[in-house]
Amino acid sequence: MTDAKALIRVEHLVKKFGENTVLNDISDHISEGEKVVIIGPSGSGKSTFLRCLNLLEIPTSGKIIFDGTDITSEKTDINQMRQQMGMVFQHFNLFPNKTVRKNITLAPVRTGRMNQEEANAEAEKLLDRVGLLDKADAYPSSLSGGQKQRIAIVRALAMHPKVMLFDEPTSALDPEMVGEVLNVMKELADDGMTMAVVTHEMGFAREVADRVMFVADGIIMEQGTPDDIFNHPKSGRLQEFLSKVL
Amino acid sequence: MAEFWAGVGEDFYQSFVEADRWKRYLDGLRVSFIVTLGALAIGIVLGILVAVVRTMHDQQKIGKVSGGLKILNVICEIYTTVIRGTPMMVQLLIMGFVIFASSRNLVGTAILALGINSGAYVSEIIRSGIMSIDPGQMEAGRSLGMGYTTVMKDIIIPQAVKNILPALGNELITLFKDTSLVTVIGLTDLTKVALQIQAKTYQAFMPLIGIALMYLVVVMILTWLLGILERRMRKSDRR
Repeated sequence: MTDAKALIRVEHLVKKFGENTVLNDISDHISEGEKVVIIGPSGSGKSTFLRCLNLLEIPTSGKIIFDGTDITSEKTDINQMRQQMGMVFQHFNLFPNKTVRKNITLAPVRTGRMNQEEANAEAEKLLDRVGLLDKADAYPSSLSGGQKQRIAIVRALAMHPKVMLFDEPTSALDPEMVGEVLNVMKELADDGMTMAVVTHEMGFAREVADRVMFVADGIIMEQGTPDDIFNHPKSGRLQEFLSKVL
Repeated sequence: MAEFWAGVGEDFYQSFVEADRWKRYLDGLRVSFIVTLGALAIGIVLGILVAVVRTMHDQQKIGKVSGGLKILNVICEIYTTVIRGTPMMVQLLIMGFVIFASSRNLVGTAILALGINSGAYVSEIIRSGIMSIDPGQMEAGRSLGMGYTTVMKDIIIPQAVKNILPALGNELITLFKDTSLVTVIGLTDLTKVALQIQAKTYQAFMPLIGIALMYLVVVMILTWLLGILERRMRKSDRR
């Protein structure tokens, strides 16, 4: 637990919604450069776990320590912390009232990280990387789902985050668009980005993950390398889950 | 029959033409416009403030609401309850004869009274607009490290305003018609002009029907303009 390279440490995380305990005393850490893929049946708490990491959900108890700072502490400026943690959502959540360029540059400019020119240059560089430079002045409503999600990834990257959190990034996409988004994520992984990905794409998990986490009933039931998890599952729950999704 | 029409003509002449009285209607209309615009400005500013405080309060997790916000929220709730629970006319009378009894600035008093009244209704309209925006928008903004107010100002409110434009348009029209009430504090608005002329000529029909038509025409023009604005805003969605 005291791994010096741990970028995110989770200590005794508990999250309850009313009487319902969604996360039950989870402790773990994500190291710098590590790609963790979180799988599990729906309602198992995997998305809640991810959303606790940047405090979109406030833990009922327990600590989240990001890069040496306890972000669950009242004294921590959570905005400052979130600027270093990118997040990609299932439903993209692009800002429909802004152009693609504005979507990407808004946060870097508003948080004082860059001026508008620098942000524009950064946006264009990133858009070019995902092959969407020609969409810079389009509005999100004119884009396909796959394009929207690639823009959402770029929007998060524009803040130069230390970690990227993906919350089922391909679940709302038409099947033929899943590939283009996964490719961007793979490139990101190859570049050494620290990533935590909640997904149902087992192929992606096998290929990209350093570690696969199987979350069920609010705990990390089993974890290990993709080979451990997919080829030698130990717990009955995981075997049952894999038989359904593979 | 000819006598009847001659009578109507005479009434019309007395009510509108004699002594250049039509100019007084225009002056009255101008006062009504000024009061409407002033009250609208105050109403929207107040409305946004109250709406933001109330949604901010409601969106906090239970037990995590700070004391200052709690007090602000209570003030806002009292404000909307009192304003929406008492007649506009009574509010005007209190403003004119109690709070600003010694003030000569009737236009200012009228603007303040109507603006404060309008703010309560506008705040509820804006609140519904804010709540109509997908919570994912706030989450996305916050996940990028922007503060609550920045996300509100740059992302949530602009989208909310687009959604509530028809309701805000209605409020503007109501506000314009409600300016006829400022007559009770002695301000010479369009309605007051008609009453003054009626007192001079002893003719009620022409001045009152006349101003009714004037209010109607203005409202129809406003409706038309709002329709254009709405269509234009919707077009930007489909780009």
